[in-house]
Order: sequence, then C-alpha cells, then structure tokens
Amino acid sequence: MINLIVDDKEIKVEEGKTVLQACLENGIFIPNMCFIKTREHPHASCRLCFVEIDGLDRPVTSCTEEVREGLLVKTDTPAVRRLQRMGFKLLMSAHHRDPKECPVKGSCQLIRIAKHLKVGLKSRPLELLERDVDEEVDLTFFTYYPFRCVLCGKCVYICRQRNGQNLLTFTNRGFDTMIAFFGSGDPADLSCHHCLACANVCPTGALVLKPEYSEAAGSEDSSKVRMLVE
Amino acid sequence: MTTPELAGEERAMVEEITAMLPLFEKSRGNLIPILQSIQEKHAYLSGAAMEMVAEHLSISPSEVYGVATFYNQFRFHPPGKHQFKVCLGTACHVAGGDIILENFERKLGIKDGETTPDREYSIERVACVGCCALAPVAVVDDTVEGHIQPSRVEGIFVQFQVEREREEREKAERESGE
Repeated sequence: MINLIVDDKEIKVEEGKTVLQACLENGIFIPNMCFIKTREHPHASCRLCFVEIDGLDRPVTSCTEEVREGLLVKTDTPAVRRLQRMGFKLLMSAHHRDPKECPVKGSCQLIRIAKHLKVGLKSRPLELLERDVDEEVDLTFFTYYPFRCVLCGKCVYICRQRNGQNLLTFTNRGFDTMIAFFGSGDPADLSCHHCLACANVCPTGALVLKPEYSEAAGSEDSSKVRMLVE
Repeated sequence: MTTPELAGEERAMVEEITAMLPLFEKSRGNLIPILQSIQEKHAYLSGAAMEMVAEHLSISPSEVYGVATFYNQFRFHPPGKHQFKVCLGTACHVAGGDIILENFERKLGIKDGETTPDREYSIERVACVGCCALAPVAVVDDTVEGHIQPSRVEGIFVQFQVEREREEREKAERESGE
C-alpha cells in the first residue's frame, strides 16, 4: 500500500494506481469525462482532472500520474481551477444543451462537474461551437448526435473491449471528428443491440439506441456495463 | 446504379489489391503504407479495398476507416474527369475562398472530396497552391484560376459544356463522314 496526502487528508491505495483513481476511490471528487477504470492507457483528452503535485511546477492531469509514496496532491488550487473551468467551458461550447430532449437520466456528469467547479452550464464567454456536420447521424442501431458528443472516446474504447475489435471508431479530424461504424454486410448481423455498451457508457447522451431496438435490449446488461465503468 | 463498366472496374481493382496485399507484412504499422500504395494505383480507396486491408492486417474495417479519414491525403471517391481544387489557405480564406468552394458545391450538388455520380466532376479543397497574390484561387484541371469570382465559376461550367457539345458535334460529323 502507498500513502499519499490529498488536500491535507491522508489516503492509502494499492501500488500502480493513478492519482485520479486513488482520489475517486477515497471519496475525493476530481472532475473527469474520459476516465474509465479498466483503461490501461488513459486517454487524457477531457483536460478536466488537473491537480497540483508538490515538486512539479505546473498542474498535471491526475489520470496520467501514478501514485508514489508520500505524494502531496492539491485538487483545488487557483491554477487547477482555472484550467478546469476553461476546459469545462470548451467542452460546453461543443455540447449543445437541450434539457427537454436530453436522454441522460439521473445524474449528469456535466452538471456534477459544473457544480463542483461552481460555474454555470453555459460556455460563456466562449461561443457555442458551430460545426459543419449533420445534427443526427444514423448508426444502424443507434442515433448519434454530434452536437452532444464531447469526444471523450469512452464508446470507442468499450466497444473494442467487449468485441475484441472496434465496430465503432472516430472518423475525420478536428471539428469534423465524429463517431462512426464502418463495414459492409448486413448491419443486422451485428449483435449491437445485445451489447449496448457504447450507449450505456456515453456520458452526454450522444449515442442513443433507436426506439425500435429498445425492446430487444436487455436491461440487465446495461447495469453490468455501468459497474465496469465506474 | 452501377453500370457494367464500373462493376468491371471494381472487380479489376479487387483483383489487383488481392495480388498486392501479400507483398506487405501483416503488421499494423503497414496500414498507412498499404493504403498509400492502393491510392497511388487506383486514385482512391473504395469501401471494398478498405475491408480487404482490414482482413489482411486482422484489424476491424472501422479502424482502417478511422485512420484513412483522419488524413487529408486519402480520397474515398474516384476522381472526376474534371477536377476542381479550391484553395482554402490563409490568403484565399481571407479573400473568400469558402464562398468559391460553396459555389462549386452548390452547382454540382456534391461536397468537397466527392465526385458527381456521372464521374464528370470532382471537388477538392487544398491548403495552398502557392500563388497567394492571386487569392482566391481555384485550380481547374491543371489551370490556375486567380482572383476567381462566383460569376467565373459559372463561366467555367459554360466553357466545359461548350467543349462537350463541340466534341459531340465533331464526333457526329466524323461518323457521318465515314
């Protein structure tokens, strides 16, 4: 076991864990969007999980820092908050809110982060990002909403984990980046409506199972995915 | 929709790729070199080609597609007989290159990177063609069109149409003369 001090509180964790994992397991919340417990190589793309570590001259992403004995971690310094708030605003400029249509039931990670950072859900002073992509994209079993997606990559990762190969992938680049399927053959041959890992893991409601498939889907399965992720 | 001619072309492409793939070692690192050599030979990557590459390297077609769409160098539509390259480099962007691109797109009903169904025209966006003083610039086949205006876009299509009509007339004349 390794001892580290986070915000003046001493915590113990197993060796090999990351600072983010150590904090989350000990009830210390650090904002995060792209973190998945089982992922060996952190994506580190959401730019929200910054912390300050004694001895390092600038804040670092806690998902990429492994715990070391006697580490001194601070999660709420002004520099950390500044980076997190800006990162959050950038995400919110890509995530167009529509509370009436939002399929995320229960706790929304974005709202939780906004409360934690004491900022609103608007991207102000940043503008809403207008991208030259369709509002809805048909992905056979799912409908994909690019303007909700923050490209955390959880769905792509979980798809590969569960199926050995990814059926889902990122396509294009920059502001045009989207999630897509690719392949010939009858899409109905895919067993996506039995897996649903991608739709269940999506924190922003950007991947939604089409209503015509929702009956075939097992609800038991979705809770398994949640456990795997949290 | 595919004409027998196109189907034949696709078959030939599949055969050539089948012959070429064994030359490459089955390692993920070869993905981009393989895609490049397919495009070098056939000018674009078809869906079938990408699936064959995926099978050769034992990765998912999605992964091949994801990599290929990331890079600007890969095309997914066969080039048209006439190619329009619209410059959207800094100078052309400032001078309204996107308006010119939109003109071409609207006129042909396709987006950049696509080809009209009759394979007559294709549109591409390029980053800089090296003559920023002439912004906005479009390269039509091999001719550089500087200070291009929306009216000129119309003019280019009229020119192509006149050319096509003349060719058809000459062809008809030759045939009737024989």
